[in-house]
Amino acid sequence: MKLGATWWFGIVAVVLLVLLPPIASFTQQEFYIGVATRVLAYAIAVSSLNLVLGHGGMLSLAQGSLLGAGAYTTAILTVEATKDVTFLPGATSAWITWPAAMLVGALLGLAIASISLRTRAIFFLMITLAFNQMLYYLFFSMKVYGGDDGLGMAARSDLLPGLALENDTVFFYVALALFAIFTFVQHRLVHSRFGRVLEGIRINEPRMQALGFDTYRYKLVCFAIGGAGSGLAGALLANKNLFVSPGLLDWLQSGTLLVMTILGGVGQLWGGLLGAAAYLVIEELLSAYTQRWQIGLGVALIAVTLYAPRGLGALFVPRRP
Amino acid sequence: MSPVLATTSLRKRFGGITATDDVSLDVAAHEVHALIGPNGAGKSTLIGQLAGTLRPDGGTILCNGLDVTHMPAHKRVAHGLARSYQITSTFRGLTVLDNLVLAVQATAGSSFRFWRPASAEASLYDRAREVAALVDLSAREDVLVDHLSHGEERQLEVGLALASRPRVLLLDEPMAGMGKEESARMLHLIERLRSSTTVLLVEHDMAAVFRLADRITVLVYGRVIASGKPDEIRRDREVREAYLGAAAS
Amino acid sequence: MLFLEQTLNALQLGLMLFLIAAGLTLVFGIMDLVNLAHGSFYMLGAYVAATVAAKSGSFAAAFLVALAAAAGVGMLVEWLLLRRVYGRGHLSQVLVTFALILIANETVRWIWGANPIDMGVPRSLAGSVALAPGLSYSEYRLAIIVAGLALAAALFWMVNCTRLGIWIRAGASNRDMARALGVDTSRLFTLVFGLGAALSAFAGAMLGPILSVQVGMGEAIIILAFVVVVIGGIGSVRGALLGSIVVAAVDTYGRAFLPSALGAFLPLDIATHLGPGLSQVSIFVLMAAILFFRPRGLMPATG
Repeated sequence: MKLGATWWFGIVAVVLLVLLPPIASFTQQEFYIGVATRVLAYAIAVSSLNLVLGHGGMLSLAQGSLLGAGAYTTAILTVEATKDVTFLPGATSAWITWPAAMLVGALLGLAIASISLRTRAIFFLMITLAFNQMLYYLFFSMKVYGGDDGLGMAARSDLLPGLALENDTVFFYVALALFAIFTFVQHRLVHSRFGRVLEGIRINEPRMQALGFDTYRYKLVCFAIGGAGSGLAGALLANKNLFVSPGLLDWLQSGTLLVMTILGGVGQLWGGLLGAAAYLVIEELLSAYTQRWQIGLGVALIAVTLYAPRGLGALFVPRRP
Repeated sequence: MSPVLATTSLRKRFGGITATDDVSLDVAAHEVHALIGPNGAGKSTLIGQLAGTLRPDGGTILCNGLDVTHMPAHKRVAHGLARSYQITSTFRGLTVLDNLVLAVQATAGSSFRFWRPASAEASLYDRAREVAALVDLSAREDVLVDHLSHGEERQLEVGLALASRPRVLLLDEPMAGMGKEESARMLHLIERLRSSTTVLLVEHDMAAVFRLADRITVLVYGRVIASGKPDEIRRDREVREAYLGAAAS
Repeated sequence: MLFLEQTLNALQLGLMLFLIAAGLTLVFGIMDLVNLAHGSFYMLGAYVAATVAAKSGSFAAAFLVALAAAAGVGMLVEWLLLRRVYGRGHLSQVLVTFALILIANETVRWIWGANPIDMGVPRSLAGSVALAPGLSYSEYRLAIIVAGLALAAALFWMVNCTRLGIWIRAGASNRDMARALGVDTSRLFTLVFGLGAALSAFAGAMLGPILSVQVGMGEAIIILAFVVVVIGGIGSVRGALLGSIVVAAVDTYGRAFLPSALGAFLPLDIATHLGPGLSQVSIFVLMAAILFFRPRGLMPATG
């Protein structure tokens, strides 16, 4: 079986990432393990948005709130576990709080999409934006869970006895494993019957309906899957920072995820990783140069949108004739 | 023998215009039934209501005895109804075969399958090749739709509708924009379909209509002014006045 | 009397929201442009007006300069940049206008600093007026209502009674047809964009003394403007007015009365904290409900 460029890139990327922690500790730059963990968490979120946007054709500004909701789910469950009098049953095990975060992400995604998809396509974007803010205000007003001040987590989730996530290197490898699994699942999804239907809907939705597909349901499921992925990314970020705040759900976060998506390449398998990495690299480089780095980011974003809209991931895929 | 498709007093208004005015027609099994009429007669509106993309304001549509009047378009496919479009509506960026596989998938079990690659499902591809052969596109299976000639794309258009093995096939001007040779090919194609399905055909090409049709219904200003065998229609005075004009007399 | 006071507050917010939403819905309806950066003009108006007012002491001058600056910047941005993304699809537009937000916010931070700036109420309007026994209302807020009504009336007159208005309405309901009929769409687009920017800036300048003038103030209000556009219908100025009043009413009455209503069956501190958040949430619930029954908004411009 001839391996295409996409496969080679994946193999190289994974190998490099696996080697990162030993190289980092060898060169006394352990800081980068944390940075890479953050990149991987965002990569999962961006891959989820890629699924919704690149394959499902749905332009959504709600992913930030789904990520934030996942993060809060993990944090709240963890906090509840340490309280004496609890409102919710708590848990500190990653096997409970992380799937819970994914479930919350999926359910909220389902709820948002079920309304947004019923209206004209033009409204979809605005409605996802509105729902994003609704969730933001919801968490903002929950004083019992910190409200505006945010909520701290005492410790990272328990994964396995002997495998403490407190150890940044262990946490990194766990994040890497999750990212790899997610990417593989995404790959299978895209080439499955479901993925074909999404592609058809993206190219010509009315025709798909005329062929007999209930396009609404497919888009709904796609959005829910994207929500689950975002929720997982949120769980990872909550663990990384041991802190969540409503700022995670601000719509500017959703916008940032969109920026990462285009940087990486919409619809590209490795777009999530490339986009998250590219964004964080730009952020690091520019902010070292000037305090006004956001202006540089804005200019770069405009340039990419106008002149390289297929993003970095498209470098590996030849342009379709 | 009950008709496979029947409408009763179908009505549709757009603001002040009555596009479909009390239309009752029926289509018998395995016939080729042509729908003709001058521009603006409401033929496409009628097809739209039959296919489910437009909602009628009144009346009923029965497909194999089942009331489908308010059924959404995508559900009608499972009940044996399929349509092709007057303005070609295919999947650009995909090959002919991939286009047909999509169409086949719609009625070949659930597509909420997330793991197995679709390319591994031989049955989908076999059926898609069958349909490609039916519409004379076997030689162009692996060509991107964007590179097809107009006539070939119209053939694919019909193929997409055929994939679901419909009991009633709604063809909206299948020969639109075709030259003589391509039209002849399409004509033969439609003739071959008679044995496996029923066809309701909207067409402007009168020579083709009179050659193909078992029965013809004439629509003028949204109303049926005549319906019957081709010879009857050819002789009907009202039809000649309204539509065929001096050219046919 | 509390109810009357809140009604006036709702009217004030609604009119200002209308000015912002009107520009947004017109730009969307006519140019099919999703402009996330629309709130940046609101912010620009507030900052410029505050600065000019402080330096010159004249509110009138502050307003004129703010409007001119916004319209100027708006038309320049449209001409240089946004033209290139018409017809490129909403993704490109979202990304480009998001980039503009980043640039605008950082530029404002650069020029004015990261802290909120102070904008005082003009001395001539600093007092209160006794509207009814027991009800004393700020003169400045009344002035906002008056100015808002005047501008709304002017906008309606322009849209319904002038040739420019006809072009705008034609463009909103059928762009290609308008072009075919000879409307100079590129100039129209630039003009409409500038108009929308100026209206936003006006709202920002007027609300400056009451709300906080800070970076990011645009983003907070733009969401409400989008909700108004969705509720009112795209391209419809009338819809924008209706939507603005509805949203402002829910927001104002919600903030004022929800905490006490909740306090009836929830502990007081939870009620006070939950109140404002829930009133925001109810705006979105309302939007969802309206869309359920009227998927195209209450007064869509087309068809």
